[in-house]
Amino acid sequence: MKLTGAQILMEIFREHGVDTVFGYPGGTVLNIYDEIFKASDWLKHVLTCHEQGAAHAADGYARATGKTGVVLATSGPGATNLVTGIATAFLDSTPMVAITGNVACPLLGRDSFQEVDITGITMPITKHNYMVKDVTRLAETLRCAFSIAASGRPGPVLVDIPKDVQVAACEFTPQAEGCMPKPKALNADALKRATALITEAKRPFIYAGGGVVSAGAGAELVTLAETIGAPIGASMMGLSAVPNDHPLFLGMTGMHGRYAAIKALHRSDLIIAVGTRFSDRATGNKQEFSKDHKVLHIDIDPAEIGKNIPAYVALVADVKLALSALNAAGFKSSGPEWMAEVQALKSAPDNHLKMDESVLNPEQVLKAVNRRLPPDSPVATDVGQHQMWVSQYYSFLKPRTFITSGGLGTMGFGMGAAIGACIGTGLKKTVLITSDGSFHMNMNELATAVANRLPLIVLVLNNSVLGMVRQWQTMFFDKRYASTTLNRPTDYCLLAQAFGAKGLRLETLDKLDTVLDKAFSLSGPVVVDVRINRDEMVLPMIPPNGTVQDMILRG
Amino acid sequence: MESGRLILSMLVNNESGVLTRISGLFARRGFNIDSLSVGETQNPRVSRVTIQAAGDEYVREQIVHQLEKLHDVLVVVPMDLTQTVVRELLLVKVRAAPDTRGQVLDAVTVFRAKVIDLTPTTMTMELTGEMSKLDAFIAFLTPLGIIEVCRTGVTAIGRGEYMLTKNEEE
Repeated sequence: MKLTGAQILMEIFREHGVDTVFGYPGGTVLNIYDEIFKASDWLKHVLTCHEQGAAHAADGYARATGKTGVVLATSGPGATNLVTGIATAFLDSTPMVAITGNVACPLLGRDSFQEVDITGITMPITKHNYMVKDVTRLAETLRCAFSIAASGRPGPVLVDIPKDVQVAACEFTPQAEGCMPKPKALNADALKRATALITEAKRPFIYAGGGVVSAGAGAELVTLAETIGAPIGASMMGLSAVPNDHPLFLGMTGMHGRYAAIKALHRSDLIIAVGTRFSDRATGNKQEFSKDHKVLHIDIDPAEIGKNIPAYVALVADVKLALSALNAAGFKSSGPEWMAEVQALKSAPDNHLKMDESVLNPEQVLKAVNRRLPPDSPVATDVGQHQMWVSQYYSFLKPRTFITSGGLGTMGFGMGAAIGACIGTGLKKTVLITSDGSFHMNMNELATAVANRLPLIVLVLNNSVLGMVRQWQTMFFDKRYASTTLNRPTDYCLLAQAFGAKGLRLETLDKLDTVLDKAFSLSGPVVVDVRINRDEMVLPMIPPNGTVQDMILRG
Repeated sequence: MESGRLILSMLVNNESGVLTRISGLFARRGFNIDSLSVGETQNPRVSRVTIQAAGDEYVREQIVHQLEKLHDVLVVVPMDLTQTVVRELLLVKVRAAPDTRGQVLDAVTVFRAKVIDLTPTTMTMELTGEMSKLDAFIAFLTPLGIIEVCRTGVTAIGRGEYMLTKNEEE
């Protein structure tokens, strides 16, 4: 069957079960859009306001569903607008395929209109990228792109398709869905050493990262924890890996981690680190972090072993596979002493820090949202204090419900990501927790949410400042608030209405339930302006490169 | 693995942009390339790259793992220097007026270099060998007046039956 490049792209989408594409049209992708138009019975295209929003939406879609997110943009500025979104997906290992158009091959390299070297630009932020100059190689290249994006440690792949390649035709042979490379078998010797290490451990601690979520290995992780008697802490990316109400779950570790999780990790003699890369935000001072305990590092990416924290034993494997193998080995529990110590940490007053409850505070707001939102609904965030508060106070019960930018820390991620997550989960009620700083970055996508009638609640935790930076200025810069006080009289209710959404305002504690009930009862997108104290801090905090001894518990 | 010098032999897809991917990786991870050479293999779809780098064990392990993640890198092996022949080609042009020419020719004999061009004022030689031999040759010629130096960067091949192959498992 002879097909054009643009038609081949549609066939490859179909082969890989792509049902949704986020994107923005333009000169060099007109042929692709023409095919999307014709494919509307099986392929949904979501038009965003800006390509960055489309990239974040594809990312949010992928995080919420586990499927590969697809984003499409035109050449030049369309392509460069994807960059932050691709980098965000890269740092958090989200499977994504980005398709860009480019000028026709004879115009390449001549600084033609809207020409940019997007494969050059995205080289360091993609798992791999391609420019396809020959239509006969298009199908094979796209299949590789989908395979690379989803296999091993997932990540974004970009395919740049010049306009004339979209128009050119060649013979196309359909294939069953692309064959994924098989996960490598476990190294038997390493498994034996890992088993011995766990057997010897008296105070094991399980540290779960985003890899547990992407491998779908939460159940295996809980089984291991219960068998060996190990408390579980999570990096931010790993927070939704296990039900947060599990008795062994202590919460987030790291810079703004929970007291009990940080202390237990510090006290442990073995850290079983699963699907994590030991980000500096999660470890603090790396030398101190590595002291006094051994590390069993389980990750699919061999380059992560020893990159940030030396591993005593490493299992390079699919996390689910490795955990199943460990569970099959059979262990005894670490014993009641360690469990008692963990219990004591859990019930310590420092593990239950309270914000000022006489006024409306973020903890109360987030817990009120938590009570209302079904456990399988996605919660997206932007980046900053509000993100940390969600990490600390929201109780995630199902994997893939926490949609947040970890590694890159992308302010402006939330709107697009929430849209993608909402659409990906079949229009489940979705909540975006954001802040006045982050929301101002990409609030244009509210128009996308309205156009698609998404059941999206946007809670703007509004403190009139760039709170996280301000917190650092308070703590480390002698309260010199350089450029963090927002002199913006934005009326979020009017703004929401202008976009065709609904706007609500929550100013005082006594209105918390009524306003949230109202927000949850409305059908389309709702923006809630939640007024909180500008001096509210994220605590506890371990200062950058600090240790458990440096933990700040009170402001 | 001994410390200091590291020679990496790689088979890579012979496609445009591969060298950029490799050198870009070194740059953004903060690893230095001391020498790089590349050429097609007997299979025109595959090129062989030889990189000499330096670093402690952490750097060396990271370089290899990160290179292995590049999809165009088919295999990367840190060569065992006791079982590897390492060579580099040098072209060097010196001032060689009739009165100094004798000294240059002495060096050519001792170092087993080859004269490949001669003019009334200059002499150009080629020399192949280990880097240290090339360095010594250049050091000898420097006081005589070097005009230009071209070095290809090292290339390396394992001794005996050893063969760099795609399916190699560590």
